[in-house]
Amino acid sequence: MQNLFAPGHRACAGCAMPTAVKLILDAAGPNTIVASPTGCLEVISTPFPESAWEVAWIHSLFENAAAVASGIDVVMKRLGKEDTNILVIAGDGSTFDIGIGCISGMFERGHNVKYICYDNEAYMNTGVQRSSSTPFCTNTTTTPAGKVSFGNPLPKKDMPAIAVAHRVPYVATASVAYPVDLRKKVKRACEIKGPAYIQISAPCITGWNFEAGNTIEIARLAVETCLWPLYEYVFGELDGVKKVRSKKPVEDYLKTQGRYRHLFRKEGGAEVIAKIQAMADANALKFGLLG
Amino acid sequence: MADSSANAGPKLESMKVVEGSYALAHAVMCCSPDVVSAYPITPQTHIVEHLSKFVADGKMPSEFITVDSEFSALSALVGSSAAGARCYSATTSQGLALMFEVLYNVSGMRLPVVMTVANRALSAPLSIWNDHQDSMGARDSGWIQLYAESVQEAVDLTAVAYKIAEAEDILTPAMVCMDGFILTHVYEPVQLLDREIVNEFLPPYAPKIVLDPKNPKTFGAFVDPSMFTEYRYMQYQAQKRALLAIERADREFFEIFGRSYGGLLEVYRGDDAEIMLIAMGSVCGTIKDTIDELRSDGVKVGLIRIRSFRPFPVEAIRKALADASVVAVIEKDVTVGNEGALVSEIKAALYNSKVGIPVIGFVVGLGGRDVTVAGVKNVVSKALGVREGRMDHEFEFLSLREELL
Repeated sequence: MQNLFAPGHRACAGCAMPTAVKLILDAAGPNTIVASPTGCLEVISTPFPESAWEVAWIHSLFENAAAVASGIDVVMKRLGKEDTNILVIAGDGSTFDIGIGCISGMFERGHNVKYICYDNEAYMNTGVQRSSSTPFCTNTTTTPAGKVSFGNPLPKKDMPAIAVAHRVPYVATASVAYPVDLRKKVKRACEIKGPAYIQISAPCITGWNFEAGNTIEIARLAVETCLWPLYEYVFGELDGVKKVRSKKPVEDYLKTQGRYRHLFRKEGGAEVIAKIQAMADANALKFGLLG
Repeated sequence: MADSSANAGPKLESMKVVEGSYALAHAVMCCSPDVVSAYPITPQTHIVEHLSKFVADGKMPSEFITVDSEFSALSALVGSSAAGARCYSATTSQGLALMFEVLYNVSGMRLPVVMTVANRALSAPLSIWNDHQDSMGARDSGWIQLYAESVQEAVDLTAVAYKIAEAEDILTPAMVCMDGFILTHVYEPVQLLDREIVNEFLPPYAPKIVLDPKNPKTFGAFVDPSMFTEYRYMQYQAQKRALLAIERADREFFEIFGRSYGGLLEVYRGDDAEIMLIAMGSVCGTIKDTIDELRSDGVKVGLIRIRSFRPFPVEAIRKALADASVVAVIEKDVTVGNEGALVSEIKAALYNSKVGIPVIGFVVGLGGRDVTVAGVKNVVSKALGVREGRMDHEFEFLSLREELL
C-alpha cells in the first residue's frame, strides 16, 4: 500500500478519517490533486510548515472545495492532463450543508471531480454541532438531549440521492470497516469519466463518544444493522449492494455510542429506537440488502 | 505622476465606436486568460456575454466556466490560478459582496487574478445603478484596486492590471473598477487593444509553484499565531512594491501603446491650484469640465484623480497637495457611522505631513444619481468658504432632497 498520507498528523487516536484518506489515496495513486475544505482533515494534516500530504493538495475555504476542484479540472483539461485524478475530500458539514451550492454546480457542469465525503455526522471540528447529516434523535451540542428532547429531531439528509438526481455517473456509499470495498469504489469512480460522489461512514470518537479501539467495529455495526447501506449507482441505476448476511437490531449499534445513551435512559426511548429500527428496515427493503 | 496634458491620446481614425463592455471584453481577450469564470449580474452582464461570444466564435481560446454563483466564480479561479492559469472574472455590487470571503483567500494565497468591478450600489434599498460602495467595502481585502475614468482607461488598465498582479515580487490580485452603466453601457470611440501588441507588453504567466502531481505541494495550510502576522506583512510589502510597479507599468504602457494616465494619480490643472478637488472614476470627467469653466472665470481649482486606491499613494498625494490651500473630496461612497472612506484616507495621509490644510468631504452620486456641473461648483464654493475660514460642515451629503427626509 502506497503511503500518500504521511504519519505524524494530528488526528485523534481512533479517528476514522485518516484511515479513509489513506485508503482513498492508495486507490487513486500519486497522479492526484486533492482539494479539501476547512475542517478536521485540513486542521490535522496541514499545520504550516508541516503537511501530511504526499500528493498535491489545496485548501481554500469551508464551502468552496467543489468549485476550487472545478477550476483545477478545466486547467488539467487545457494542459492535456485529463488522466489526473481530481478529488475533493470533505466532511459532512461542508458537503451536506454549507458547500452544497458549489457541489450542485460542479455536478451539473459535469467536471471530472471525484467528491468524497468522510461522514462523521456532525460538525466535529467545532465541537459536535448538528449538521444535516446528523441522524434522527442524535445528541449533539446544538441538538442536545434534554427533558423535552431526544436530540436532533430530523432524519439524515439523503445526499447520495441528491447526487443521483444530478445524473452523477458514479455514486456510492462506503465504510472504513470495509477497506477492500472502499478502495474498489474509489478506483471505479476514477475510471468513470465525469463527476462522482462517494460517502464514507467515518465514526468520530469524540462526537460519537466511544472508546478509541472500537472505531471499525462501530462502522461495521452501522452496515450490519442496515443503518448504513453500502451501494453503488452507475449512470442512475442501482448497480450493486453489499448484502447483510445476518441483520442485527439497531440497539446493537446505538448502545455502542454515547450520542445515543439517552435513548436507553429516557422514558419514551424505546419508541424512538423503534422508529430508528423502521428506518433500518426501510433501507434493507429499498436496497435489497438481505438474502 | 503626470499632467494629463502629457497624454498622447489615440488617433481618432483608428478608434472604434463600441459599447464600453465590448471594449473591455475585447481587452480581456487580448490578455489571453486561460480561464474565465463569471456569473451574470447587472451591469456587468454585457462583459461576460461578449466574452462568451468570443469563446463560442473561436476567437478566444479560453475556458469559460458558467458557474452557479459569484462565490463559485471566484472559488473556481482559486483552483485554476493555483494550477498555473491566467484567470479573469467580472462582477459588481451584490456579486462582489458574495465573493467577500474568497477575496481574502485569493489575495492571501497570492493568486494574481484580475477582475473587473462594474461599480454599483449595494442593497438595501435595491439599486442597480452606479456608485462605489461595493469596491470600497472590499478595500481591505488585499486586492489592488484601480479606478478608471473612461472606457479607454478601463481597457488599458486591464492589461496593466495583469502586468502588475503577476509580477513575481507582487503576486497580488487586482480589481479594475469601472462605473456601472456610465462606462459599461456607454458607446464612445475607443482604441481597441491588439493581442500581439499586448503580448509584447504582457509576458505569459508562468508561476514557479503550481498544483502539480509530479511535484506535489500543499496549498492553503493554516498557520498559528506565531506566523500569521508575517504573512499579512508580506502582502503589505507587496502592495508597497506595487506603488512603484504601477508607475512603471504606466510608462511601459505609454512606450508601447502611446497612452499614459499618470500612474498612481492624475493631476488635472494642478499648477497654482488653491482649491484641490480629489475624486475617482468617471465623475472626474464632469469635474474636469467644471474646472475648465471655473478656471476661465479665474478660480484657481484643480483635481487629483486617484487611479490607485490600493495601494494608496500617500506620498504622491502629499506632493500633489504641497501648494494647495483647501482640499475637497468628492466620492461615491459613505462609511455609515463615520464619513466617506476616501476623505478619511486623505486626512490620514496628510496628518503627519507638512501639508496642514483643511480637508472637507462630500458624498455624491449614490445609487446612480447624476453628479452635475452645478453640484461640483457648489463643492468648490464651499471650499472657497473654507479658505476664508468658514467650515460649516467637515463632511456632508451633497444635494440632499430634504423633502424626502
